[in-house]
Amino acid sequence: MKTIIAFVCALLLAGPAAAFQPPPSAAQSEYVPATPGASTEQMPAAPLLITAYAFVWIAAMAYLWTIARRLNKVEDDIRALERKAPHSR
Amino acid sequence: MMKKALAPLTVIVAVLFVCAPYLIAQAPLESTMGLVQKIFYFHVPSWMAMYTAITVCAIASAMFLFTNNRSADAYAVAGAEVAVLFGLMGLVSGPLWGRKAWGVWWQWDVRLTTALLMELIFIACLLVRKYGGPGSEKLAAATGLFGGATAPFVYKSVDIWRTVHPKTSVVPELLKGSMPGSGLPFALSAIGFVLLAILLMQLRVRLAKEQVHLDDLYLAYEQS
Repeated sequence: MKTIIAFVCALLLAGPAAAFQPPPSAAQSEYVPATPGASTEQMPAAPLLITAYAFVWIAAMAYLWTIARRLNKVEDDIRALERKAPHSR
Repeated sequence: MMKKALAPLTVIVAVLFVCAPYLIAQAPLESTMGLVQKIFYFHVPSWMAMYTAITVCAIASAMFLFTNNRSADAYAVAGAEVAVLFGLMGLVSGPLWGRKAWGVWWQWDVRLTTALLMELIFIACLLVRKYGGPGSEKLAAATGLFGGATAPFVYKSVDIWRTVHPKTSVVPELLKGSMPGSGLPFALSAIGFVLLAILLMQLRVRLAKEQVHLDDLYLAYEQS
């Protein structure tokens, strides 16, 4: 019962806490090209960009590899079973 | 037919993925974000690929639930797995962009939070299927169907609620020419990602069908 009361109190307190959060800035609705020669970088962006692209490649290749491995295993099992019982197909 | 298309599809995807970094490097810099905005060229396509996989998963799940078609079940599991893969790409590339654009890795913003929940629903779908025991395919299909139902809300969330995430209008504006020279790299990258999702789903369907065939063989062997 104490746990339920504590949970309800936490929920009641969470509402006002969320209401006092600063409002988020307005979302961007379109991109604008930079003026040629203007400085756009304050923090190095290249490592973030390269990490993102590398992750995409590695994730795709890793998934492809797991499919190939699983497919080979299933096909090996099918072949082994068909050798054991050729008329069961 | 899909089997015959697999080889040319692989070639097209490989060409697009090799060309993508060059085209993205040639695209113009954005005024406020600079270089890091280029993550957009594979962050948004990864979500497009995820939505393709979600559509396949939801339709196939509904078919499997109502018709018990085993082929539809193969497409449902393929769609769910590929959706998780591309969702993960989006959830990793997004914070890398946010670190520079917003100064933080993560915001409990409505778009980010709902996208994370959608990813968790599809992970749950795969976990139910793997560890749910007999009959878990139906439960996983229902989870996949509900996961599909959340997708439109995640997509429109940035237009409905106040959020720091860029709005959905960014993509049509870009294709209309708001940033000259960036529409083509984005379009090619998006096509590459969606084709990669289709290719991976096709391979996963083949694996699922082979697994069904193996189960049938085991059953026949046990009975003989």
